[in-house]
Amino acid sequence: MLEAITFWILAAGAILGAAAVVLPPFGRNPIHAALALVTTLFFLAGLFVMLSASFLAAMQVLVYAGAILVLFIFVIMLLNLRGPELGEARITGVKVASAFAALLLVGKLAKTAWTAGAMPAAPLPAGEEEFGGVHGVAELLFRQFLLPFELVSVLLLVAVIVAVAVARRRFGRGVE
Amino acid sequence: MMGPVTLQHYLVLSMVLFGIGLAGIATRRNALIMMMCVELMLNASNLALVAYSRHLGVETGQVMAFFVMALAAAEAAVGLALLLAVFRHLRTVNVDEMRQLRG
Repeated sequence: MLEAITFWILAAGAILGAAAVVLPPFGRNPIHAALALVTTLFFLAGLFVMLSASFLAAMQVLVYAGAILVLFIFVIMLLNLRGPELGEARITGVKVASAFAALLLVGKLAKTAWTAGAMPAAPLPAGEEEFGGVHGVAELLFRQFLLPFELVSVLLLVAVIVAVAVARRRFGRGVE
Repeated sequence: MMGPVTLQHYLVLSMVLFGIGLAGIATRRNALIMMMCVELMLNASNLALVAYSRHLGVETGQVMAFFVMALAAAEAAVGLALLLAVFRHLRTVNVDEMRQLRG
């Protein structure tokens, strides 16, 4: 019962935060959208804890809320958009239709998943508190998934180099 | 409604979040907001991965969610750098005005 109440609170918070990111009245200012996204990410971290993925929840807060969203807010402040640059929050027929189509598609998928029948959680293997902890995830990450792990580290290095190369001001122009 | 929380609850929640992100990408024209919607969709897929991981009793799904997080970090870094470069040229982040390649 307590689990159900916690789930519904966390789910409602996540959905409200996500809606605040998207809906023009709240999300018109990108800073408000970013803060709403942080709220959603925190609620999702809570859901990860409920799914006994404690390490992933910690990473969610550290990496997503702590690093990626800070990057977003940094860029928002760097751009320093003013009223007209934000664009007008017009509601056109195309927008309504495309939003409706997106929600219809996902609603159909959700209906299929819902009617597939309830699947309760499998009993956790022995050493319950270890499931989703640092130890269990690291075992998998450094044995079975070692190659993808190393490839991801190369990818992050490439991404950093690309970001610096793309975002810096061009040399050569105005230097000579 | 207040029965036990099953896999389906998490899957439907994940799809609702994914749908909100998809609708945001379809409707918003501010590139920053669209990137936030991408993050939202990635997080929704993460939730589905972790829910399956818990309900099947294997941690592989959580490792996949880690990879998704790393990819999201790379995507955000490159995407925001591109956005900065575009903003320097066009003085806008409205994707409808980025149309130099339109035929």
